[in-house]
Amino acid sequence: MMNLLSVLQMDRFTPRFYIAAATDNMSLQKARVFEDSLLHKKVIKGSSAQFMQIYRSREVGQSYVTSVWTTLLATTHALWLMVKIRPQVVLCNGPGTCIPLCVIAFLFKVIGIRWSSIFYVESIARVKRLSLSGLLLYKLCIADQFFVQWPQLQRKYPRAHYVGCLM
Amino acid sequence: MGGTDSVSLKRIVFLTVGTTSFDALVKVADTLEVKQELTRRGYTHLLIQMGRGTYLPAESIGEDGLLAVDCFTFSSSIADHLSSASLVISHAGSGSIFETLRLGKPLIVVVNEDLMDNHQSELAEELADRKHLYCAHPQSLHQVIVGMDLKSLLPYQPGDATPVAKLINRFLGFPDD
Repeated sequence: MMNLLSVLQMDRFTPRFYIAAATDNMSLQKARVFEDSLLHKKVIKGSSAQFMQIYRSREVGQSYVTSVWTTLLATTHALWLMVKIRPQVVLCNGPGTCIPLCVIAFLFKVIGIRWSSIFYVESIARVKRLSLSGLLLYKLCIADQFFVQWPQLQRKYPRAHYVGCLM
Repeated sequence: MGGTDSVSLKRIVFLTVGTTSFDALVKVADTLEVKQELTRRGYTHLLIQMGRGTYLPAESIGEDGLLAVDCFTFSSSIADHLSSASLVISHAGSGSIFETLRLGKPLIVVVNEDLMDNHQSELAEELADRKHLYCAHPQSLHQVIVGMDLKSLLPYQPGDATPVAKLINRFLGFPDD
C-alpha cells in the first residue's frame, strides 16, 4: 500500500483517511511515518491525514458462527465512519477489514448518497487463489477496479487488472 | 559477538520467523545435522529470531570451528540483521521475503505446514519456480541446504507501483503524469 501511495500525487488525493483494524498495531504507524515523510520532503504543506481504527469483521481463525455478530458490529462501525468521511475514493488491500467499508461505499453509490470509486489491490501473497475479501469484492462487482499482482489470477479472473508485483 | 580479526571471516545465517510462532523451524535449525551442514558450507554464525515461539535453541559461542548460535525474540527492525547476513532462512511471510530479496540476499523460505489455509506457500513456491529463492518445509530444510547452489539464484527486480497509479488516475479522469 505504501508503495502505491508513494507514486500517487498527493494533491489529487486529499484529505486522506487511513483506516486499519483495531487489532493491527503496525499499519497506522507505517501510515504516520509515510505522512511525516511527505511533510518532511515538502510534498505537502500541512497535514491533511487522519488515522482511524475499525473493528474487524473476523479475526484470523475465528469461528464463522461468532463472526456473524462481529461482522454486524464492524458494519455498524464502518457505517459510522463512512457517513463521517463520505470518501470519493476508497483504496484498499484487504484483508476483511475493508469489506464493510467497501460494501457501504457501494450502497452509498447505489442509493445516490455519494459516488465513490472503489479500488482493490489483492495481496502479493495471493498467486493462484484470491483471498476471501478479494473473492467477495470481485464476484459481487463491488470494486470499480480490481488489481492482482500475478498473471495466474488475471487468467482466472478476467475482469481483474494484472499490474505485476508492487513490492 | 567477539573476535575482532574474525569479523571479515564472519558469515552469518539469519533465521527469522517474523511475528509468528514457528517452533518446527527453530527446532530443525537447532539440529546437529543442519548446523554441521551450515558449518561445512562456510557459515560461522547462526542468529535465530524466534518471534512468539516457545522452543529455545541452545546458544553457543562457537568454539572449535562449530557454528556460533545466538537467538532473540523480536527486534523493532530486522533490516540490520538482514543486511549483515550471508544467508537468510525465513518463514513464508511476504514482508520478510521481499525485504530480503530487495537486499539481494540468498534466501531459503520455509513454509509452516501447521498453518491452516496455507496460501503463503503459493508465494514461496512461485518465487522458487522463478529461481529467486529456495523453498523448503521444516523436514526438508537440511536437504535443501545440502543441495543449494546460491550462485544459481536470480536477482529479484523490485516491484513498481506506477502501473496501478496510472490505471487509478485514468479511471478518475486525471491527466496522465
